[in-house]
Amino acid sequence: MHPALSVIFFTVISGAGYGLLCLLGIGLVADPRVLPRNEALLCLALGAAAAAAGLTSSLFHLGQPQRAWRALSQWRSSWLSREGVSALASFVPVCALAVMLLVQAEPLYIRLAALVLAALAVSTVYCTAQIYASLKTIRAWHNSYVTPGYILLGLLCGAAWLLGVHSLFARSLDTMLELRADLGAIVNHLMMQTALGLLVALLALISMVLKILYWRFLATARAVATIESATGLGRFGRVRSAEPPHTEENYLTREMGFKLARKHAAPLRKIAGLLIGMLPALIAPLLLWPPVAMTISFASICSFAIAISVTAGCFIERWLFFAEAKHVVTLYYGAASA
Amino acid sequence: MTMLPPASPRKLGLVIDLDICVGCHACAVACKEWNEGSQFGPLPDENPYGKEPLGVWFNRVHSYEITESGSREPGAGGERQASPPAPDYRLPAAGLTVHFPRSCLHCETPDCVTVCPTGASYKRAEDGIVLVDADKCIGCKLCSWACPYGAREYSEQRGVMQKCTLCVDRIYNESFGEIDRQPACVMACPTRARHFGDLGDPDSAVSRLVAQREGYDLMPELGYKPVNKYLPPRPRRDGSSCATAKTAPAETLDATKLPPLLRWMDKILSR
Repeated sequence: MHPALSVIFFTVISGAGYGLLCLLGIGLVADPRVLPRNEALLCLALGAAAAAAGLTSSLFHLGQPQRAWRALSQWRSSWLSREGVSALASFVPVCALAVMLLVQAEPLYIRLAALVLAALAVSTVYCTAQIYASLKTIRAWHNSYVTPGYILLGLLCGAAWLLGVHSLFARSLDTMLELRADLGAIVNHLMMQTALGLLVALLALISMVLKILYWRFLATARAVATIESATGLGRFGRVRSAEPPHTEENYLTREMGFKLARKHAAPLRKIAGLLIGMLPALIAPLLLWPPVAMTISFASICSFAIAISVTAGCFIERWLFFAEAKHVVTLYYGAASA
Repeated sequence: MTMLPPASPRKLGLVIDLDICVGCHACAVACKEWNEGSQFGPLPDENPYGKEPLGVWFNRVHSYEITESGSREPGAGGERQASPPAPDYRLPAAGLTVHFPRSCLHCETPDCVTVCPTGASYKRAEDGIVLVDADKCIGCKLCSWACPYGAREYSEQRGVMQKCTLCVDRIYNESFGEIDRQPACVMACPTRARHFGDLGDPDSAVSRLVAQREGYDLMPELGYKPVNKYLPPRPRRDGSSCATAKTAPAETLDATKLPPLLRWMDKILSR
């Protein structure tokens, strides 16, 4: 499939934004003061901004973006429509939480809004994944690895971004002691840093294993159809395309006949696995090691390195997800199986 | 509304006879011509006289060659034999060339309709024709991804998805005589390889043709229940697939017996 940049950017950045909002929601349900107020607000803003940026980018994939509002109407049958509804609905608890955090509302209300936010965030990513996973025409998408992959990678990016934001709020032990400030705040900060580091390492490893299983599945998966069943001529023998219907490209060969990625898949998969899984899983444990964890510059560098690595890895993974996928219609244009 | 309507008894569609299609592309051209000016048109072309022309066509005619007898082995490369061989069918031998027109099959349970987020893609309850409302389509292209038959082509210029309408603006058009109320591709076919009718009615001419000639569905394993049917090539009279041209035996010529001038001419011309 042709990898449209607008859709890749949308799924990665919105996925990360909703992953972040989901984790923040879960954290706030567990403890409405899980993060200092300003940090929680910044996380909320970052998540919402990423979600909005991704949604805006997805409009560039449309032929008639001014009619995009119509896409909210068919939620009864269409995953794309459900995704739109869920994506927009999640901005309601985002705004509600922002106000509640600002006015320091009752913990119960914060918990309720955070719960709704976490649910809508995860449902949006689920719907995004289902758009692809429900297409029977594409073997690489219509399987049970796709939806967990989208959700896991969204959460991984979200956790890595949370870690990055968290490192901005680190305060040095020396200044704190000089100002006789609250030692508890530093301890809380370090504990949160440790927790996020562990979460990132765990999610990175699970994501990498899932992607490896997915790639192994692709190598052995049974084809959806063959040129014989696509033409119904299999009863006579093996079928070969003798003459295409047109000498130049058409929409189908451009959109569905993308071959470049399958040629270069192996090195790109390795790079994606390294950036998504290996690097974060190796760097994150450093945050548990006191000399790194308690030195702001080291901890910040580690946190940002993880966030950048995971995000870049997701872009490569998503590009491969689209570009490697083979559509059944390629059978009519000479593919032996798809 | 992109929910599918309840199954209708009337299922308008095409029956395409692969035995007599000669691959002339008249159906594709007639379709392009009619729909260019129809209520669903235009079917724009990009760069039509340039180096790489690109345009929307509702009908594409492929040619396939059956290279060897025997079905594709399942296994390596994830291939599998999808259409069971018909046991009592006399098979033409390998070497058969089949011209294969491909267009929308107006499936009974198509995903191209249900994936549409806007309601632009719909299946008519009264006759099962699948259409796109160009005024509602946002051009997200998802329906074309959901269609295994490549029936939908996106128009970059119009920013919307386009597809075969089964000439819905011809077949009900009362300003045409009864005989002309057929899709343009059917009207144009010089070998009458295309037939139009109600495949929901078991007594219709098309349904009888399908029953008689063992008409079949494309990619039945995907479960979209195409309405259009294809008729397989008939077995050849001598059991072979192609009429081998009876070429006259090559004449023999003993050049050594020619006079020198002609021998020289023969030598020169034989180079």
